[in-house]
Amino acid sequence: MSIKVINEKCTGCTLCVKACPFAAITMEGERPNRKAVIDLNTCTLCGACVPSCKFKAIEITHEKTEVKGKEDYKGVWVFAEQREGKLQSVSYELLSEGRKLADDLKTELCAVFCGDDSVEEEVDHLFSYGAEKVYLATHPELKHYHTAPYTRAIAEMITKYKPEIFLIGATTLGRDLAARLAIRVGAGLTADCTGLSIDPEKKILLQTRPAFGGNIMATIQTPNHRPQMATVRPKVFKKSKVDSPKSREGNLIKFKPVISAEDLVVKLLEIIEDESVKVNLAEAEIIVSGGRGLGEAKNFCLVEDLASTLGGAVGASRATVDAGWISSHHQVGQTGKTVCPKLYVACGISGAVQHLAGMSSSDTIVAINKDPEAPIFKVATYGIVGDLFEVVPALTKKIKEIRA
Amino acid sequence: MDYFLSEEQKMVKDLAAKIAEEKVKPVREELDEKGEFPWDIMKVFAESDMCGLYIPEQYGGFGGGTLEFCLATEEISRVCGGVGVTFAASALGAVPILLFGSEEQKKKYLPDIAAGKKLAAFGLTEANAGSDAGGMETTAKKQGDHYVINGTKQWITNGGEAETYTVIAMTDKKKGSRGATAFIVEKGTPGFSFGKKENKMGIRCSATRELVFQDCKVPASNVLGKEGMGFIVAMKTLDRTRPGIGAQAVGIAQGALDEALKYSRERVQFGKPISTFQAIQHMLADMATQVEAARALVYASAKTIDAGAKDITKDAAIAKLFASDVAMKVTTDAVQILGGYGYMKEYPVEKMMRDAKITQIYEGTNQIQRNQIALGLIKEVVSKK
Amino acid sequence: MNIAVCIKQVPDTTEVKINPETNTLIREGVPSIINPFDENAIEEALRLKEKHGGKVTVITMGPPQAAEALRKAVAMGADEVVLVSDRAFAGSDTWATSYTLSQAIKKLGTFDIIFCGKQAIDGDTAQVGPGIAEWFGIPQVTFASKIEVADGKAKIERLLEEVNEIVECPLPAVITVVKQINEPRLPSLKGMMRAKKAEVRTLNSVDIEADQTNCGLNGSPTSVVKIFSPPPKGGGEVFTGEVSEMIDKLILKLKEQKTI
Repeated sequence: MSIKVINEKCTGCTLCVKACPFAAITMEGERPNRKAVIDLNTCTLCGACVPSCKFKAIEITHEKTEVKGKEDYKGVWVFAEQREGKLQSVSYELLSEGRKLADDLKTELCAVFCGDDSVEEEVDHLFSYGAEKVYLATHPELKHYHTAPYTRAIAEMITKYKPEIFLIGATTLGRDLAARLAIRVGAGLTADCTGLSIDPEKKILLQTRPAFGGNIMATIQTPNHRPQMATVRPKVFKKSKVDSPKSREGNLIKFKPVISAEDLVVKLLEIIEDESVKVNLAEAEIIVSGGRGLGEAKNFCLVEDLASTLGGAVGASRATVDAGWISSHHQVGQTGKTVCPKLYVACGISGAVQHLAGMSSSDTIVAINKDPEAPIFKVATYGIVGDLFEVVPALTKKIKEIRA
Repeated sequence: MDYFLSEEQKMVKDLAAKIAEEKVKPVREELDEKGEFPWDIMKVFAESDMCGLYIPEQYGGFGGGTLEFCLATEEISRVCGGVGVTFAASALGAVPILLFGSEEQKKKYLPDIAAGKKLAAFGLTEANAGSDAGGMETTAKKQGDHYVINGTKQWITNGGEAETYTVIAMTDKKKGSRGATAFIVEKGTPGFSFGKKENKMGIRCSATRELVFQDCKVPASNVLGKEGMGFIVAMKTLDRTRPGIGAQAVGIAQGALDEALKYSRERVQFGKPISTFQAIQHMLADMATQVEAARALVYASAKTIDAGAKDITKDAAIAKLFASDVAMKVTTDAVQILGGYGYMKEYPVEKMMRDAKITQIYEGTNQIQRNQIALGLIKEVVSKK
Repeated sequence: MNIAVCIKQVPDTTEVKINPETNTLIREGVPSIINPFDENAIEEALRLKEKHGGKVTVITMGPPQAAEALRKAVAMGADEVVLVSDRAFAGSDTWATSYTLSQAIKKLGTFDIIFCGKQAIDGDTAQVGPGIAEWFGIPQVTFASKIEVADGKAKIERLLEEVNEIVECPLPAVITVVKQINEPRLPSLKGMMRAKKAEVRTLNSVDIEADQTNCGLNGSPTSVVKIFSPPPKGGGEVFTGEVSEMIDKLILKLKEQKTI
């Protein structure tokens, strides 16, 4: 694939310069003979410039690649993540979305489930969310997740059963697994997707995800390699049980993976449960977060009061964590946790893109900030322009009164 | 204004600014409130090779000159004058060894200072001998191969925290200005103790203590230069380090100007940011002009010293005098521009105003600076005849 | 110990803004930095070297200007820096990137640990580290927040969503680090002087004997269909005025939609 500027068509209007996310295009020459020049060292061939040119002066030529055996791959697979034997919510979210993709492709939806023998009793849940088949790999070494045995087991299943699409939740476990697995089986892998659809013509998966810290969105495709793999951000897709009773019966295919000693070299020594993080931010329905506007560490008590009154968890912006006001377990944002609660209350948070990246898909966002120009108001469902030191305690008090 | 700094000088300035912004800014308010010595920050300076900035490479330093030193001190002081003087005062204690030390003394003391393992301090001032340094009462009596020091030094920056002290004491009162000697005294020497930490108006994180000498025995090998050279050591040292204090003052003033400018653009009164009012604009203009002039003088005097000029006293005094007066004026104006908020401890400018005052007093009061400048002027005229 | 660190030069995405008219990224004036997680990786490598002795080699795959990021690594204390650069690598996705880096690392020697930052703040994939481990066929440990090395093994604490895991992993291995692992040191003056004079070794696709079918855009299984600005989330209602009034209005709305 290569890119070039058709000089005869280029008018030097600079629209492409502004469109390039990588600053790879510059103008050379003097008007009226100014022409666009693309720095091939910087250009990533993302194609953002092509539609921006009104004169169709930029051309990307695609090389035709031989595609072998793509048609043999069928079916939408979802990785059913379990921890301590319990299926995680993201598995159901992916099955719900996977159901739509499978219907679009008129193909089957399957779940891939790994664990020790005891997890078999969980399989029914997977059927109830729409899986027509469950590939169940059991082995004592699959009880607790480790990269190598899981990669081994799932790679074998992929090689044998050939899915066209494989979705994995973008949890720490999922991202650790998918990245290794994709290389093992020769798949294309897209990370942290927030949107999935099927291209109506090419019948391939279109994967949309944020990049540049959430500043832009990219839609990615895997035209030739199979399976098309994607890790999917938890809490973005809603889980929905399938109504029709037929789905309660499903096809359980058991699989006994061959796990060798070299797959077991990494040993689990200890699991540390952090007392202070008993409430899992990722699962919380209500989150109250504090930002730089709090001024100092001790003021987090205002946030904690409101959170406990509402029965929710405490979140924090990166600024407060970096300042040492609260532990990083509470950080919401691009380099912190991604959350999707019913209600997100942002106190004294300005709304930098990196923070929004972690909470913008919340159902209802309430922002409390004394700066009416704060970017958070652009995404908030309800905004209160006011001093958080007045508003937050008053809100806590009012809610306590109502509930009393 | 562009001072056409070299690559290396820009590097020093940028690194100092980065440390100041990332490490000093978050803690400056707390350090000021508690009067806590900034050991953590000194450790960062040490790791970044900043402590040895002005010390020659052969003793483990970076080999920079007075200008590099001023650039660093200015950037640090822009964020906190207290941390700035802690950094600069260590040089005050080390420069006598640099200028007058024997090779052995340099090898013994400078590497640890350059590595930031030990801080230095300079002990000249006494309760009854401030501007009148000649009136000092601390004595050093020779006894065989050592001297016995008795007396008290007052208001010594880094006192108690530093390990290496350059102390001036009278060895022969009858000889007047030729009767003082400079000594290197190490912390922990029997008979050498410290008074309480002073509770100051500003530069509160800087440690200021009395040095108390009671029959403190110091080996004769610790004499800097020769017996009787004490005042020369002191005066030459102060000439060298005055631009550093000038740089501290410029930094404090610049920090205050930055805050005032920022605030004036955010504060809205009568429907407009106050930065649109001519009264405020004129104040800002005057502040900026003064800071730039002070900076130019400090850099010029530093460059003169680095060029090896013999007579630097007048230039150094001009730089220190002007810069410190500017710091006081600009910080006061900054508080004025911030109005009621400027008076509150939550906003950084009242601290800057408190920090600025001392720059007009220490390292030679501005009255003494004026004496030096006048004497220098007369000397120039006389020598031309 | 022989330690390799893979870094990436990225735009400071906290500074990147969207042009409201064209809905595209404004990249002018946005400084290029070492990916912050990679700085943590360099720091951890330096700490292990200080404790156990050895050498730290920092590698990056990128255009020629990525050498600047390598010089910053020298200023922190890296012993050797290598730039893997070739037009043939343009358009690489994480498959091609992890392949290219693993080929380069193979050319540079044998390493006890290959460090990567958790993810790059422009791509945000977190896929290259595990990819490199797979190309080498060695173990990977991701999300490392604490590392101790003894007797050819690493004891590593991993920061997961709700719990922390402590695992033991034999070396050589690929370890990806989170920012909680350490506070990266500031460059030192002497380091910066060294960085100015440092030799940046450059390797191209021939030097690393890369199989072209795994490199660059042609070697990437994934490709970009389009890039667009996230749709601005519809602003909602903003309340101003008296505190108690605003609170009453808010609570009313939240009750109406059954949020509380």
